[in-house]
Parts: sequence; C-alpha cells; structure tokens
Amino acid sequence: MDLNGALRLAAVRIVLSGRELIAPLDLVVASGEQVTVMGPSGCGKSTLLAFVSGTLDPVFNASGRVLIGETDVTALPPERRRIGIQFQDDLLFPHLSVGENLAFALMSSVRGKEERRALVQQALIEAELDGFVDRDPVTLSGGQRARVALMRTLLSEPKVLLLDEPFNKLDAQLRNEFRRFVFEHAAARGLPTLLVTHDAADAAAAGGRVIRLGNG
Amino acid sequence: MTAQHRSDWLRIAPAFTAGVFLLPIGAGLIGTVLPAFGYLPAIGGNELSLAPWRVLVAHPGFATSVMLTLGTGVLTSLLAVILSVGFCAYAYGRPWARRIGAWLAPLLSTPHSALAIGFAFLILPSGWIVRAISPWLTGWTLPPDVSTVGHHTGLALVFGLLLKEVPYLILMIVSALNQVPAREHLTIARALGYSRAEAWVKAILPQIYPQIRLPIYAVIAFSLSVVDVGLILGPSNPPTLSVLAVRWFFDADIQMYFPAAAAACLQLLLVIATIVLWFSLERLLVIVGRRWIAAGGRDGLLSRLTLPTAVVTFTLFVVSLLAIVGMALWSVAAQWRYPDALPQAWTWANWMRRADSLPALSWTTLLIGMLATAIAVVLVLACLENEGRGERAGTGALWILYLPLLFPQIAFLFGAQVLLVRLELDGTLLAVVWAHLVFVLPYLFLSLADPWRAFDPRYARTAASLGASRFRVLFRVKLPILLRPLLIACAVAFAVSVGQYLATLFAGNGRVATLTTEAVTLAGGADRRVIGAYALVQSLFPFLVYLLAAALPALLYANRRGLTRWT
Repeated sequence: MDLNGALRLAAVRIVLSGRELIAPLDLVVASGEQVTVMGPSGCGKSTLLAFVSGTLDPVFNASGRVLIGETDVTALPPERRRIGIQFQDDLLFPHLSVGENLAFALMSSVRGKEERRALVQQALIEAELDGFVDRDPVTLSGGQRARVALMRTLLSEPKVLLLDEPFNKLDAQLRNEFRRFVFEHAAARGLPTLLVTHDAADAAAAGGRVIRLGNG
Repeated sequence: MTAQHRSDWLRIAPAFTAGVFLLPIGAGLIGTVLPAFGYLPAIGGNELSLAPWRVLVAHPGFATSVMLTLGTGVLTSLLAVILSVGFCAYAYGRPWARRIGAWLAPLLSTPHSALAIGFAFLILPSGWIVRAISPWLTGWTLPPDVSTVGHHTGLALVFGLLLKEVPYLILMIVSALNQVPAREHLTIARALGYSRAEAWVKAILPQIYPQIRLPIYAVIAFSLSVVDVGLILGPSNPPTLSVLAVRWFFDADIQMYFPAAAAACLQLLLVIATIVLWFSLERLLVIVGRRWIAAGGRDGLLSRLTLPTAVVTFTLFVVSLLAIVGMALWSVAAQWRYPDALPQAWTWANWMRRADSLPALSWTTLLIGMLATAIAVVLVLACLENEGRGERAGTGALWILYLPLLFPQIAFLFGAQVLLVRLELDGTLLAVVWAHLVFVLPYLFLSLADPWRAFDPRYARTAASLGASRFRVLFRVKLPILLRPLLIACAVAFAVSVGQYLATLFAGNGRVATLTTEAVTLAGGADRRVIGAYALVQSLFPFLVYLLAAALPALLYANRRGLTRWT
C-alpha cells in the first residue's frame, strides 16, 4: 500500500479507569481512502478521533502512535498536526461572520488581504454560497452551515480528515447531499478520511472499509 | 498523552493564586493572635500574657457588646436565609421573576455603606419616612424623640444589613438552581399535589443547599463582624465588637492595640462558634426535615408563609431604591427642612463645592478597583484555563476561595497591617490593591467559573484543528464568545473593590482615601448634602461599570444573534 500521505495508527490503545476502551489498533488509511469506524454508543469511537486529533481528555490513558505519511505527529499539539475534524454540530464561531469563519482557517500560510478574500470567495462558490460572506452564521440553514463548516476545515489545508458523526443532525434529504459533498471534496484533495458513525447508510455511502469497535 | 501539551507555567496558577490570598490571611491571623496575647515587640509587648484579655473583659459594656454582636449577627443571618428562601419559593417559575438576576445585580453593585447611609436617612426620626407622613398624618411638627439609627438593640443595623444580604443570597440561590433540574422537579412535585412554595422548599431546597452553604456562612461571618455598616447604623455605646476593636486600634494610646487585637480574636472565635452552631443546626434540620417531608403534608403553614416573606423582601428592594434616591435628592438640595417631603430649593452648589475633592477620590477608587480587577482576572483566567486541561478545582479549592469571606475582616487585616508596616509597604497604593485583591478574587472566580466551564470544548478543538495556537484560541475564540460573562464578572469584582472599607483603612494605614472611606467618615456628620453627594458617587461608580459590562457586548455583537446563549 502506498504510504505517501497516508494516516497510520500504530498500536493505539486507550484505557479509561482500568477499562480498556480500545484494544491495540493498527490501521492504515491511504490517501483519498475513506474508512468508517462503527460501533455502539460508548464504545470509544469519538475517543479514538480525539486521540488522533490530539485533543484527548487527560482522564484517558492512551498509548500508540499516529503517523501521517512518514511524520510521527503523536507528540505534536493539535494545532500543528494538520488534522481537520468535523463534528455533528457545525460549530461555526458565533461571533464571526461566515466569511470571517472561513478566513480564520487561513492564518498560517496565507498573507495579504486580497489573497485571503479570494480564497474565501472561492470556497463560498464551491459551497454554492456565493454572497454569504458577511452573513451571521445563525441566519443560515442547517445544511448551509454544515457546508460552510466543511469548507472552513478544508481551507486549513489538512492532511487528514476526521468526521465525528457529522451527518447526524441533518434530515434524510440533506444527509444524502451533504454526504456526497464531503466525500467528493475529500477524495478530490486526496485526504485520508476517518468517519465515525452508527448509521450503516453512511458507511455504505463512504464505500470504504468498515472497522467495528466494541462488541459490534 | 495530552499532558505533554499542558503549559508548565500555567500549572502553577492555582497554587500561586491560593498563595496570593492565603498568605495575607495566614500572616494576618498570626499578626492578630500574637498581639492579642501581648506580643508585639515594635510597641513594647515582649512577652505573652493575658493582660489584653483582662482589659477587654473589664471594659464597661463588654458583655453588652458581645451580646449585641451575637444578637444582630445571628438575627440577620436567620432573617437573610428565611427571606431569600421564602422569596425564591414564592417567585420561582413566575414570569416576572425570570430576569431577577438582572434586576438585583445593580443593587448588589452598590457599596453597602452607601446603602446604609441612604437607609439611615430614611429611618431617622427626622428622616424621609417621617417627613413624608408628617405632620398631616402624625401631627409631629418636630421630629419625635425616639432612637432609630443607633438604637441600642441594633435593629437598625439588622435591617441595614439585610438590604444587601438578601439579594446576595437570592442570587446565589438562582445560580445554584441552574445546576439542578429545578423546573422538572417542581413540575413533578406540583403534579403530586404540593403547592408551588411547598414543592420548592421540600423538593428543591434540599438539593441546592450544599451550594448555598458557603454563601450562607459568608453572610454569617459578615453579619457578625461588619464594621462600616456598624459604624453608620449600629449603636455607638456600647458598639458591636468589631467596631470597638477598630476604635481601639486607631486610639491615640498605642497600648490600646493589644486589647484591640484581643477583641478581634474574640470576634473570630464568635464567628467560628456561630458557624459551627449553624452547621449543627443543619444536621438537626436534616433529620427533622426528612420526617417532615416524608409525612406528606400538603397544605401546611409553609404555603401561607411565603407570600409574606416575599412581600417583606420586596419592601427591602423598595427601601434600597429609596435610600439611593434620597441621597440623590440631598446632593442637589439647597435646603431641606423637616417636615418637608421634598427639598424646598435645589442647587448644583453641593456638587461644585465637591469639585476639588471628588475627582481625586474617584480617581483613587477607580485606579485601585481597576488594578485589583485586572490582576484578579489574569489569575482567575490562568486557573480556569489550567483546569480545562485536567483536574477541576474541587470543593477543597472552593473552601480556600471562600476563606477571605469566612474570616472576619478585622481578624486578619490587623495582622496584615503589621506585616505591611514591617515591609514598609503600608500606606502605599500597592498594599491597598493587594488587600482588595484578597476579596475581589473569590467573587471574580465564582462569577466567572460556571460560564467558563460551560463553554463547549469543541469550539477549542475545532479551532486547534484549524491550526490556531492556544493563545489564538483563547483570545480569538474563547474570550470573544465569553465576553459578556467576563465583563459582568469584572463589574462584580470592581464593585467589591469600591465597597471595601476596612481593607483600605488598614492597608492604607489611614493614608489612602477612597470614596467609601470618606463616605463612612462623613456619615457621622450633620450636613446631609455633603454626605448625599459622596454616597451617590460611591453608588454610581460600580453601577456605571455594571451598565457598561452589560451593554458593551450587546453593542459589539449587535449583528451576532448566535451569541445570545451567553448574553
């Protein structure tokens, strides 16, 4: 398997108060591949994502390594890992406009107001939200906010995409559309994607391998 | 694994903060206990002895002072609890009570001494209430020859203390109510046939009591040992114990320092004893209360009691308002003779005359308040941010936080001053800021802790995944979203600083004058126009800061409706 840019989990084990939540897990997600993690509630799916993104609560005891391509990111703080994460709530910052939310993701590499504005504009067009740049996020519909949230993550040019049940809050119709939106963009950018869900339809739509945690 | 990312300098924040105010308290206590037993080499006390205690006990009126202190303190505490509980039991769930927090907060920002000064004017024999009803109702063409303010029973003091303590406890109860599913439990209890008031007292009060226990103890400690309100409303001879101690402390005869320290020690013992007694009563009430609740009585005395207590509490609010209005009127009165209900002539002259002294005083008050608040904010934010990475501060930390509020101020400010004199820091602005910080910090922490901890952690996680450093997350995401709770907490802290009397007096060694120290000193005087001006400015300051704190986020985020969850 081509490991170039792949997400690799090596012997990841997570323990909570003596109870093993996640048995030693080895996983490789290749560039552009989408892997689904499924399991019942409380089996540790979200905890696994937290570990990968570097925001695991200290009450957990975790061991193992996370690698992106050849780089070991296990010791890096979350802001340096270049691992994007989407939650089931859009979590657009309420104090910023839609455009400012998108621009927030641009900090590190992009300089110059013009270039930033252009990138934000491009992202909005891709999300079919042209003209929304100064809008208050709370005035957008659920589906629109979800699209903005994904574009925000993609603007930070992540190397890996983590999805923590991101389609949960959307109704059936929106769900299909948004799912397609996410997977298309992830595939187009060649991002290894790790999707956590309890909905089998999501796994089917992703079309990749399915890992089961817990008893499932 | 994320432990590696915990900033090391942030970890010392809780310990450092605790040190900032445990140190003065500890040093202060030692500095008070030692002289109480005769040891203070600086003024000739070289060996331990019981002489100060003998002087204290032999003082004429000593027994009365102690009785008075205990009487007013215990009565005030009991009434404060009964009134606040009764009011909440009556008001909870009713539509007009929904924004009660917003209405009470400005009242709480008013310094207690300002309220006391205004209240004194209301109830004096020649005061506003009598003026309003004389002589047409009472026939009094001259003020009646009775004593209200300074009455030997201390009832004026009790009432004056309740003016602020009842709203304080109500606010503590309201915030405790957010931690339990109060509305649901109330609904269930009422569906079972209990009246609203009974349901509240039997189902909800037991659940929230652990959270209001420390505020109640703080009220007990304050009621027993308050000095500024005692000076304004309490009897003069013999006064309460802490007033006596302060008087002796500043006595021309420096040897009076020792009995003063002894009185302060005794004050501490009284507070401890009362809190222990209250705690035992709690235990007793639990046993009795359980049986009472289990007995299932539904239409008892309780439902009939809450309306009267609510009415009394409302009266307190109205009285507070009148107190401030009265002071405002005096400040612009050219002449206000008895028995006129309103001044005959109005003038700005009172304010013009104060134009020399007020600005300087106001500036000092403002500076101390801002410095104390700023330092407290940095420390509290450091502690709260450190929390977010792991262990949350437990009950032990809460007790430490409450310590400055549980010890009578006089018991450790004495000794703190000795320490400051030693370090040659007494009388400096720095010393006063530090003394204020000791009291400002607990209130700031308590104000900010809940909103801060309730912040959705996924915002920070999302921001981090977008590449934002911890600093950027704090300043660009967390602080802007939590701006309103932060500003309100700062307004609370600032109000606490403005209202400080003893702390300024001792740490400043009488050399630093703030609006409150001046107002309390003037309160004994005869020209109410002067007092009115000072008391009004004293009240306006924190109130304006509070308005700013409430309004600023609304202005900044006028077009951001998503923030209304925190506003």
